[in-house]
Amino acid sequence: MIDEMLQALLRALSFGTPLLLACLGALVNERAGVVNLGVEGMMALGALTAFGVATETESLGLAVALSLVAGALAALLHGFVTLTLRANAYVSGLALTMLGLGVSGLLGNRYEGAILMEPAPELPFTVAAGVLAVGLWAFLYATRPGLVLRSVGENPAAADVLGVSVAGVRYLAVAVGGALAGLAGAFLSLAYRPAWTDGMTAGLGWIAVALVIFVGWSPPRAVLGSVFFGLLYYLQFRLQDQSRVPTELFAAMPYLLVVGVLALAGLRRTQGSAPASLGKPYHRGER
Amino acid sequence: MIRLEQEPRPRRVKALGVYLGMGVLAFALTGGVFAAYGVSPWEVYRALLEGTLGERQGLAEVLRRTLPLLLIGSGLTLAFRVGFFNIGAEGQLLMGAVGGAAVALFLPPGAPSLPLMFLAGAVAGGLWALPAAWLRSRVDVNEILTTLMLNAVASAFVLYLVSGPWRGEQVQGYTYTDAFPDAASLPVLGDTLVHWPTGVLGAVLAVALQVLLTRTSLGYALRVVGASPRAARYAGLPTGRVVLLTGLLSGGAAGLAGVGEVAGIHHRLLDPTQLSLGYGFTAIIVAWLARGHPALVLLTAPLMGVILAGGDLLKISFNMPFRVIDVFSGVLLFCLISGEALARYRVRWGR
Repeated sequence: MIDEMLQALLRALSFGTPLLLACLGALVNERAGVVNLGVEGMMALGALTAFGVATETESLGLAVALSLVAGALAALLHGFVTLTLRANAYVSGLALTMLGLGVSGLLGNRYEGAILMEPAPELPFTVAAGVLAVGLWAFLYATRPGLVLRSVGENPAAADVLGVSVAGVRYLAVAVGGALAGLAGAFLSLAYRPAWTDGMTAGLGWIAVALVIFVGWSPPRAVLGSVFFGLLYYLQFRLQDQSRVPTELFAAMPYLLVVGVLALAGLRRTQGSAPASLGKPYHRGER
Repeated sequence: MIRLEQEPRPRRVKALGVYLGMGVLAFALTGGVFAAYGVSPWEVYRALLEGTLGERQGLAEVLRRTLPLLLIGSGLTLAFRVGFFNIGAEGQLLMGAVGGAAVALFLPPGAPSLPLMFLAGAVAGGLWALPAAWLRSRVDVNEILTTLMLNAVASAFVLYLVSGPWRGEQVQGYTYTDAFPDAASLPVLGDTLVHWPTGVLGAVLAVALQVLLTRTSLGYALRVVGASPRAARYAGLPTGRVVLLTGLLSGGAAGLAGVGEVAGIHHRLLDPTQLSLGYGFTAIIVAWLARGHPALVLLTAPLMGVILAGGDLLKISFNMPFRVIDVFSGVLLFCLISGEALARYRVRWGR
């Protein structure tokens, strides 16, 4: 019994790792006031980049590093279109998801079904995600740059008056968010399932986007939230051959839960903790 | 540094030029991806043009793809104008197909079969959008996330039906229902898969929604809610009900498209991945291109129909994965929204 529960917790931690990484990334850019719905696409690009680099160079370190770069570059495209060109951030994020899934599916075709001979261990990713969560928490609430980041998300005009480059901070936050989504993808293709298949991100990016709202933009709660969703995924696999409940219900469960959780968050008005300028463009001298 | 300045007098000619330029850029960028994939972009585009617009069967394929886009696109154009970002048309289409299939499979076949199927499909699709619309209007939950999540739920539901309770008795080892009776099948043009009644329905809907939006007081309320929710509240407009109605209408339109697919092409309910080929997502671009005018969908839907049919062609002739459509869609969407900014602002270099 104890063994079983320990096993469940370990698997939940592993399932929750990509969710936590992507969620922390989205948390950083949303704290700066930028919405990026392209997480799923950036994860897919990170997963393909990591797998491709690992296959061609046999260097896991380089694979992880370049997955960060791929995620950040994709996010900067979103940043340019929304921050500089002032395009609709929600549509841009959607376009980024399409583009990321499309490009990774097309260019990844040559690796389709290939397996990594020496996969990366899962544990370092899980530990890194946990450390990042604690670090991000400390950064946001105990350092001056963290205060600057939050102020850009809460009141960009005030931050601007104090000499902060709002666009600069937002670009940086967007890049960090993309890099972490890329890392989440690398975990999937290097460690969790050391292989490349099209669509292997399987909606995790979208769940990460919803998770940020669920956890009220708080890093410690992001840890709990991702373990919770990890446990749900574990139960989906654990229960599907034992019970008489149709497997499709378990497959739909995370999505139903996200809707339910968003509804609850709305009803309980925890959305009040959203950064005040989230999703609103800021331009000096305009209202 | 790039800086944008408000264009004092936005000019139509400039906007048109910017959009044309952005269209060309989109094809150039996608061509770059093809080159990275290892095929010549020229060859791809030549094959795409010849195989879709250059021959009769290709043209029929384009039309067939255009039909659902017409219906979904006009509904989404309305929704976007009202500021309700319905990204769940894919799921609403699937539920519409379920509604239509229920009528076809379980009611005695007869003359009213097809009208009843379309009615059931519209209701099912509309109801599938309703929770998202309700959450948005009542507790301000982002509808992009909820409609998107409901896509996955609808997909799981269809899979459950076709592999479980609705699985056909005559089918062996396949996951689909029995074939519909003849009375539940739409007529097609010649030997093609163009189920023209769906097209008529789409054209009528596009024009009707345009009239609703521009010529009625309800349409005025819809436009005010979309342009400025705060002003709408001050003016005492029932914003909540407007959002609910928008959800029902756009979901219902997608539901009609789902009925068209099962009654016109497949003649049975089947695996969700074969039932819809990403129509719900492609229709987002159709709607974005139509810029808030449902009637313009009559032009933009065939345009994306070419891209969907072309993507199919590329899969076969160049052995490309189906994701090629996502590349097209993503790049095009990026270029479009960037073009919108460039048309409205002047670009200045320097500080």
